[in-house]
Amino acid sequence: MTPGILGWGAYVPLLRLPRARIVTQTAWLNPGFRQQAHGERAICNWDEDALTMAVEAGRDCLQGARPVLADLQLASTTLPFADRSNAGLVAAALDLEESVATRDTGGSLRCATSALLASLRGQTRAGLLIASEHRLARAGSAGELRFGDAAAALHLGYGEAVVAGFLGGASLARDLVDHYRASGERYDYPLEERWIRDEGYLKMVPEVCARAFSDAGLGADAVDTLIFPGPVRVGQAVCRRLGVDPSRLADDLAANCGHAGSAQPLLMLVHALEEASPGQVILVLGFGQGADALLFRVTDAITRAPRGLGVTGHLSLRREETEYLRYLSFTGQVEMEWGARAEHDKRTAQSVYYRKRRAITAFVGGRCTACGTAQFPRTRACVHCGAIDTQEEHRFADSRAQVKSYTEDWQAHSPSPPLMYGSVSFAEGGSLMMEFTDFATGELSVGTPLRMVFRIKDIDEKRGFTRYFWKPAPARSV
Amino acid sequence: MAQGIRDKVAIIGMGCSRFGERWDCGHEDLMVEAFSEAVTDAGIDKSAVDAAWLGVFFDEQNTGKSALPLSMALRLPNIPVTRVENLCATGTEALRGATYAVAAGACDIALAMGVEKLKDTGYAGLPERTKGTFEDLYLPNSTAPGAFAQLASAYANRHGIDMAELKRAMAHVSWKSHQNARHNPKAHLRNTPSIEDILNAPMVSSPLGTYDCCGVSDGAACAIVTTPEIARSLGRRDDMVTVKALQLAPSNGVEMGHESWDGSYTLTTPLAAKRAYEEAGIRDARRDLDLIEVHDCFSITELVIMEDLGLSPRGAAIRDVLDGVYDADGELPCQIDGGLKCFGHPIGASGLRMVYEIYLQLLGRAGSRQLTQPKLGLTHNLGGIPIRNVAAISVIGLHGA
Repeated sequence: MTPGILGWGAYVPLLRLPRARIVTQTAWLNPGFRQQAHGERAICNWDEDALTMAVEAGRDCLQGARPVLADLQLASTTLPFADRSNAGLVAAALDLEESVATRDTGGSLRCATSALLASLRGQTRAGLLIASEHRLARAGSAGELRFGDAAAALHLGYGEAVVAGFLGGASLARDLVDHYRASGERYDYPLEERWIRDEGYLKMVPEVCARAFSDAGLGADAVDTLIFPGPVRVGQAVCRRLGVDPSRLADDLAANCGHAGSAQPLLMLVHALEEASPGQVILVLGFGQGADALLFRVTDAITRAPRGLGVTGHLSLRREETEYLRYLSFTGQVEMEWGARAEHDKRTAQSVYYRKRRAITAFVGGRCTACGTAQFPRTRACVHCGAIDTQEEHRFADSRAQVKSYTEDWQAHSPSPPLMYGSVSFAEGGSLMMEFTDFATGELSVGTPLRMVFRIKDIDEKRGFTRYFWKPAPARSV
Repeated sequence: MAQGIRDKVAIIGMGCSRFGERWDCGHEDLMVEAFSEAVTDAGIDKSAVDAAWLGVFFDEQNTGKSALPLSMALRLPNIPVTRVENLCATGTEALRGATYAVAAGACDIALAMGVEKLKDTGYAGLPERTKGTFEDLYLPNSTAPGAFAQLASAYANRHGIDMAELKRAMAHVSWKSHQNARHNPKAHLRNTPSIEDILNAPMVSSPLGTYDCCGVSDGAACAIVTTPEIARSLGRRDDMVTVKALQLAPSNGVEMGHESWDGSYTLTTPLAAKRAYEEAGIRDARRDLDLIEVHDCFSITELVIMEDLGLSPRGAAIRDVLDGVYDADGELPCQIDGGLKCFGHPIGASGLRMVYEIYLQLLGRAGSRQLTQPKLGLTHNLGGIPIRNVAAISVIGLHGA
């Protein structure tokens, strides 16, 4: 049986920073930026990172289903933990079985396509591959304008449900240092684009594609869609080299998202799949100290594929970030005065977290088998009938909810004041005081519909630990 | 069947420090200040006290743990001292400990002391603190104003009231307390903002502005209690003040976790009030009570408490407040001493400060804010926040009332 893609998902943060707002503040440094003052880039809210975006992309892909997955791979060069399984945390947030094999993969912007190739060549059972990227770039750099934060997820496996069958692929490892970021550094060191084009893209891509075409038994003329994660003009030159019509180049999402680093090929692929029709051949390229090429053929099953918001849906939901300085503060690139309340120690009692990890990471509370009351947290005695040890697990992550009470608090410390929080009522019963996220001031009212998202709860600056929990965000229709 | 403690315990001495930003004082100075007044008032020697209860909330930021700070500040003669803490109901808890000890016959004379030295944190508002090792992992990093501000959103929604109208009634609550505090030389805040000043103050946590919030103050208050028999032997006759009721109703988690509570009131206050009215023999609280001191940590809290105590019908507190029912010259004066709002809120002391005002009023010693011959007063503390709290109520009256 042909392995392939069973389903897809994506996540693009709600916040979008118009490039004009960046250029207004940085053109004094480089007037050439004025030519790039169009479109917008996706940016993480203060409580989002590569890990939280990965969770959202995974949820968008699985659509509430909990298939048995052999493995979960998380591809990124910007994961929050260098040594603590990020994929393991994503698996827990997605409430996957603990038998899942989790793997973080990174090291290059090619890591997602390399992981995809390895999976499709080697796997025998279903798995999830998520790519997520949250790259920083210096204020006033080209990267600041070009980058975008986003994540994409692919559900891989075999069988009749495959929506895009894997036809063949190839890989090439060649240490052309087109850019690099040393371990522990915040920013990339960029190299000259013309050199990367001539010695990199235009030589390596045709070479790896030739082998991929051979592997798949196809010619370049078969390609209906080309997923090229580099600059559009370079992509057009690559097309000419390959003998592919440049009109086959997939949208690079530069206008409304920005370049999502290692997640870019998968993000573009997901976007292409959303519009794909049966029979189409898609060539996916990865680039970074070498290149990957993968060929897929879309099947009839694509018309029956479960669809979440995907790339298109997420891009249609947006809130403009009007403050460039706030963005720089979110990324830690400017230091604001937070006052003495920010000094409060955010130490996590890890043994408590371990005992309560199902509650905190998977948002699992309880449902009393005696009286039926759903509640969070799950406790020994039911909040309603008081019966002891009658509660079974109940997950609130996918619950619908609404605002019971709320406030916008200017005294509390928040990296994005005011801190908004209040009591939330879940549709199936149960109530909890929670911190709202992704709301603008004045947007909350009693009864406002909500959905739950996995976000950064606190950052313990002193110990370098980030802890996560779920927050109510504006509900959205799929 | 429990008989309650009505008239079983008399208050023979009370003291209260000046409240405010007492930069020159530590917790020990404040306790000595309150105790000196109380022991003189009682007409006893320190050595007559058999046992003492200390109430303090933010021990990490002022006294440190245990009841020893009280024993050491007053150099008590190694008598039993116990520290109690139950959020903002701490002061009432100290009084409950001392009162119960006397009612049980375990002590002849007992001392209840509440103290809080809040103004050593280096910043405005209440100190930051952990909510518990598990709670810190999921509860928002809320503040006191933020936790109480939510009452307003749910109250306005439940009763279909425009927020601007609710804000106006809340402003009247604060305006009234500022007016009252003019006559209280021990009060922290004695300025008299206009309704417009109050409405236009900077936002702290919507819809609460600066003037919707009580003072964060240093202070101490204490009571010396004994049996009515001993009180008589010490010369108390018609001027004997007794405890009519002391009741507590703490949350059990329903407000936090169950949808049955809509967030527009405090679940515990009506429960504590019912028990207290029964214990004190009160049938119609609005008619029987002559003055009340309630937990006005924020203007919206006081407004909602008027309904939770059964004094105003549900949804009608706005009307009663704006009609002046709870003003100094109204039907049932509330916060005649300025309340938490203006007298100040040194947390551990607040419950005892409320009783102090009732005590002064009953004895006709309240100076220019003296009401006409009150006989029965009520104090109400709400420790914690609306989603989980401790409601504590005392009813204090003249012995014959």
